[in-house]
Amino acid sequence: MAIPRIRFDQITKSYGSLRVIDGLSLDIAKGEFISLLGPSGSGKTTLLMILAGFESATGGGVWLDGKRIDHLPPYRRDMGVVFQNYALFPHMTVADNIAFPLQMRGVRKAEIAERVKRALDMVQLGAMSERYPAQLSGGQQQRIALARALVFEPAVVLMDEPLGALDKQLREQMQLDIRKLHMRLGLTVVFVTHDQSEALTMSDRIAVFNKGIIEQIGTPREIYDHPATRFVAEFIGETNLIEGTVERVEADMATVRLAGGSEIRVQAGTAATTSAKVLVSVRPERIHLGPDAGERGNALRSTVVDSVYQGDHLRVQLDDGAHGFIVRSDRRTAEWPQGAAVVASFQPEDCWVIAS
Amino acid sequence: MSEVSFRQRVGALALVAPLALFIALFFVWPLVTVLKESVSDATVSHALPTMVDAAADWNRQSPPTAAMKAALVTDLRGIEDQQLFGDLVRRLNSAQAGFRTLLPKTRTAVDKSRETTAPEAVDLEEIDKRWSNPAYWQAIAGTLSPFTDQHLLAAVDLSRDGTGAIVALGADESANLTILLRTFWVSALVTLVCLAIGLPYAMLAAAMTGWRRQLLLGAVLLPLWTSLLVRTASWYILLQDNGLVNDALQSLGLTDAPLRLIFNRVGVVIAMAHILLPFMVLPIYSVLITIPKTLMPAAASLGAHPLLAFLRVLLPLSLRGVASGALLVFMAAIGYYITPALIGGAQDQMISSVIAFYATGSANWGMAAALGIVLLAATLLLYMVYGWLSSDKTARA
Repeated sequence: MAIPRIRFDQITKSYGSLRVIDGLSLDIAKGEFISLLGPSGSGKTTLLMILAGFESATGGGVWLDGKRIDHLPPYRRDMGVVFQNYALFPHMTVADNIAFPLQMRGVRKAEIAERVKRALDMVQLGAMSERYPAQLSGGQQQRIALARALVFEPAVVLMDEPLGALDKQLREQMQLDIRKLHMRLGLTVVFVTHDQSEALTMSDRIAVFNKGIIEQIGTPREIYDHPATRFVAEFIGETNLIEGTVERVEADMATVRLAGGSEIRVQAGTAATTSAKVLVSVRPERIHLGPDAGERGNALRSTVVDSVYQGDHLRVQLDDGAHGFIVRSDRRTAEWPQGAAVVASFQPEDCWVIAS
Repeated sequence: MSEVSFRQRVGALALVAPLALFIALFFVWPLVTVLKESVSDATVSHALPTMVDAAADWNRQSPPTAAMKAALVTDLRGIEDQQLFGDLVRRLNSAQAGFRTLLPKTRTAVDKSRETTAPEAVDLEEIDKRWSNPAYWQAIAGTLSPFTDQHLLAAVDLSRDGTGAIVALGADESANLTILLRTFWVSALVTLVCLAIGLPYAMLAAAMTGWRRQLLLGAVLLPLWTSLLVRTASWYILLQDNGLVNDALQSLGLTDAPLRLIFNRVGVVIAMAHILLPFMVLPIYSVLITIPKTLMPAAASLGAHPLLAFLRVLLPLSLRGVASGALLVFMAAIGYYITPALIGGAQDQMISSVIAFYATGSANWGMAAALGIVLLAATLLLYMVYGWLSSDKTARA
């Protein structure tokens, strides 16, 4: 296998007795877009700071293209960093900001002008070159920060919640823009975020952080459809976690007896071993509501507790006597009045078993 | 509608009235008085009223006219007030040496012949031969105007000769210019020392957090809370030949004999820099804490060595604080009086001590006011330069 662009090996970071990263190892391939996703305090930003050289690890090592870089100061690491608050130099024009990393590398003047112009065109802000950062909007500033981090063609681009300060619409536009740039330029990007939908939208792979370790790493589809732990299932999107005990395992399917007494059929997964206590994860949008089960295999008779109109869907709260459920129901179907009896049905393929 | 706005205007005026009154009474009025004092010279015109008209047409080259001589006699006979006569003698003597004996002698003579001889008939040359010398008449004519620029000129070592042309004073006659230049030089030295200590200090304080920052700021603020005189006096003790500083240097083996630290320039600069340091540190600090903490890491990630990042990012951004700090220190320093007087030697006295000499030592209010005006003008000029520098286009950012 090719040498990874970045390798973290057994990274540990402690502040006094507080351990924020605990023996973490991770390989990142060249040209990969990887998101470090987790709640605040999970160690994702600290790992980024260790990679950029602003923090030093208490233990372990960092490699870039097979060369150990732990001892290198930040200014010799060849990484472009985009900060949440942009960190543009307020006393320099946009063009001077973007020229800064090139000047630091002793690039010739004529070439600097050429590359600054190209970088500005890349983020579609060619007309802004003589403005000062304070004269730009938040979205424009962030694009300038991006141009500045890319103009010297660094080995890796690090982004620390770069879109956190932007409003929703602009954020979604920037997500797609960054994604496009990544694919066009073949960038290796390490992207820190606490926003799961952002991570799902942009990433080749997502590393889900919790308490200083990576809970799960995989493609957005793997993370969403097959969460490895309860934490990942709950952190990524919304899900119903139903407690039960595995009755039987047959090939790739298993039967789980729920606390309420009913049995459902589920995808086996690795956690399903006979008589193991498990959690069954079913996404709200996978559950169908109707008078009967239809063709869907699993059915739970329930009562409607509450139903809220949310524009593109109805959010229905159910109770089958032993568990509460959340269901995202198509808004075109009938209203579900409180107290109505209903059958919640779902496919065995949409049930994922997690060790309890 | 208009009534409401009128009442609002009156209300607003009433609110600022105490401030306006305070400024007028304690700022504008004294300033105007000082300005007036520096150019007013009414003694001679007041004591010799008829002379003013008589000398109006004199060309200052030819011998004095008969009308002038008669006017002088009339005026001398008219002076009742001994105080006024004393002022007149002093004023004329300062323009031309010799009046101190000439004028009382002439007055006694013309008083004696008050009943017998008309003013036109008095032969002044007979009373004293000096009246035939046109220099004395030129001196009188030159001081007849109620306004004079002689104090302002003298403040920068210039004067008018007998014909009214501006000439430089001889090297032995005045040293104001030397002392003014020395004042600016010492102030510049103090500003540089404050900058050399204050900039890194402010950066350290801005980089710290919690109690460390409080401690650093407290240490720089503490001197502000003690009296200037106490601080100067403690430097007096510390810097003596067998003071704490010299003892420490010798016991460390750095020097064999005590260094001369007091009654010279070194001591003045040390003591003034210590006293003025807060005015350098605080403006720089207040600018530094507004600089986002991510700028230096950003510069590093873009490939800037810490020294280059400092020069290209942190230093330019802190320049506004440096400029206001330097201006504050410099402007405060050029007015310093007590510290150079106590710590400095004869060669370290600044312009304030000359002003104090004229004001309290020789009661020459005109000179004291003129030197004050020169100092004020220099300060205003500096302030304009500062305003011009700080309105630089990058200030928008």
